[in-house]
Amino acid sequence: MAIHRRAPETRIASSLSSVEIFVALYYGGVLHFDSKNPLAITRDRCVISKGHGSICMYPILADLGFFSIDELHKVCHSGSFLGGIPDPVIPGYETVNGSLGHGLGVATGMALALRSRGNEQQVFVITGDGELHEGANWEAIMFASHHGLDNINLIVDNNQISMLGFTDEIVSHGLLEERLNAFGWDCIMVDGHDVDSVRNHLMQMKKKHNKKPKALIAKTIKGRGVPGLANEPLSHILNPKPETIDTILAG
Amino acid sequence: MTMKPIAMRDALLERIWTEMATNPDIFFVTADFGSPVLDKIRSDFPQQFTNVGIAEQNLINVSAGLALEGYTVFAYAIAPFITMRCFEQIRVSLALLSEVRPMNVNLIGVGAGFSYVVSGPTHQCYEDISLIRALPNFDLLSPADHITSGALFDYCLSKKTPKYLRLDAQVLPVVYDLSLPNISAGFNELLHGKDLCIVATGFMLHTALQVAKDLSSQGFSIGVIDLINIASFNHKLLRNILSGYQVIVSLEEGFRGCGGMDAMFFNFFARENIKIPYLNLGVLGGYRFELGSRQELHEQVGIGPNSVLASIHEFINQINL
Repeated sequence: MAIHRRAPETRIASSLSSVEIFVALYYGGVLHFDSKNPLAITRDRCVISKGHGSICMYPILADLGFFSIDELHKVCHSGSFLGGIPDPVIPGYETVNGSLGHGLGVATGMALALRSRGNEQQVFVITGDGELHEGANWEAIMFASHHGLDNINLIVDNNQISMLGFTDEIVSHGLLEERLNAFGWDCIMVDGHDVDSVRNHLMQMKKKHNKKPKALIAKTIKGRGVPGLANEPLSHILNPKPETIDTILAG
Repeated sequence: MTMKPIAMRDALLERIWTEMATNPDIFFVTADFGSPVLDKIRSDFPQQFTNVGIAEQNLINVSAGLALEGYTVFAYAIAPFITMRCFEQIRVSLALLSEVRPMNVNLIGVGAGFSYVVSGPTHQCYEDISLIRALPNFDLLSPADHITSGALFDYCLSKKTPKYLRLDAQVLPVVYDLSLPNISAGFNELLHGKDLCIVATGFMLHTALQVAKDLSSQGFSIGVIDLINIASFNHKLLRNILSGYQVIVSLEEGFRGCGGMDAMFFNFFARENIKIPYLNLGVLGGYRFELGSRQELHEQVGIGPNSVLASIHEFINQINL
């Protein structure tokens, strides 16, 4: 919230739906990473496809030592590598994000490579649900299950809101869990704001070797915790008033 | 010519297949497109091969993921599909991403220009040069025979950048039966003259050689240059060679004046201060659905040997060569 106060170009609402997912991944012992060597071969690969919905990653990565906490004061300013939409110039980011619908396919290629080489590291991908309107995702979804890539773990931040409204009113993702299961994935749905639950399910997914790619649909609320943003259909492009942010930060 | 020509794709794929026997870091990805040599690759190296199906967006994304993990990737499909269906995947996950994380991905597009003669405009490809040129860190390789196509393999292996190879779908006559093409310079001067130089790429090199013969018999001293790498070539060397001519003609199997090889030359001549009269020849008249031989189709759009000869005569009359 403090970053958004300083850099209102950042999209805050979609970061508020995904923050517990990232906390579970990075603080819950799910992901294996080395903040001093972000591309270490031994790391689990974390592909953040919903780029603009991951501004909440900046303080997480800084806190974990991927880069200096001072950088958080420069978001969207000249000379900073922390932009309005994160790019892989940021230590800890694997791919180019934000143009939606690319992360899952690239992650599938990584998962294929890891398996072909006999490497045990796993691939995690975070997408939004609006992003699943991009057809390239479904090419990857079919490919991953056909090849039994059980080293890929998809997390859908299912806040059910795209830019212009509720995804179910745009093009429905109704029965998403059943759809993914029907495509040969091993899919579960959880409360995406319950950090412990997300963490525990991700740990179980990581341990499961059943020749099926795995998906966790995290039911979330876009703009959670901010009056005027929470579950507001246009929250993606809305900025809370500076006073509102100050009140929340003070609280 | 004594050497028997083969398909460009088979010459390249044969090199890839041979390398795969000792190099575990090569991965071959196809979008359900084949060739006799591809059958050897998929049966001999199943761990280094995958078919994504008719899904070019995933072809590019999976190739990007494999390359990030260190594989040298060859991605293979029909030219218009591997360039246009998935252009944003190429931009985001190859062009952009490779600026931060070096990746060796080689897109092999088969069916340059009119080479799928009777398949019509969906399978023909006249826009790929313009599109790939728009990506500033892509190589754009356009061989004129199978010797060049095979020789490009070493270049692909050693240069860790994204590249696009536009291959002809037909078997073309051998150009380099006596000496290998100079891939590192990006072009070869096949005929040296004094009056007029034709710079051509891909299939059009053969048209250029034919037109050069006709013009030579009419008393002109003609040069012919085979431009192999449209995006990256030795500028100084080409500038020095072209400076010796009175007229320069470029010949491409792509739309004229739409950002293709001719746009590259307009830019090159301006930057290098080359003020020699220049005629850019390419496909005119937009999309067409007529059936005919490749030469007939070429004459209809202004790039057949007769049309080229007529255009050159008209141009040199205008400038009183």
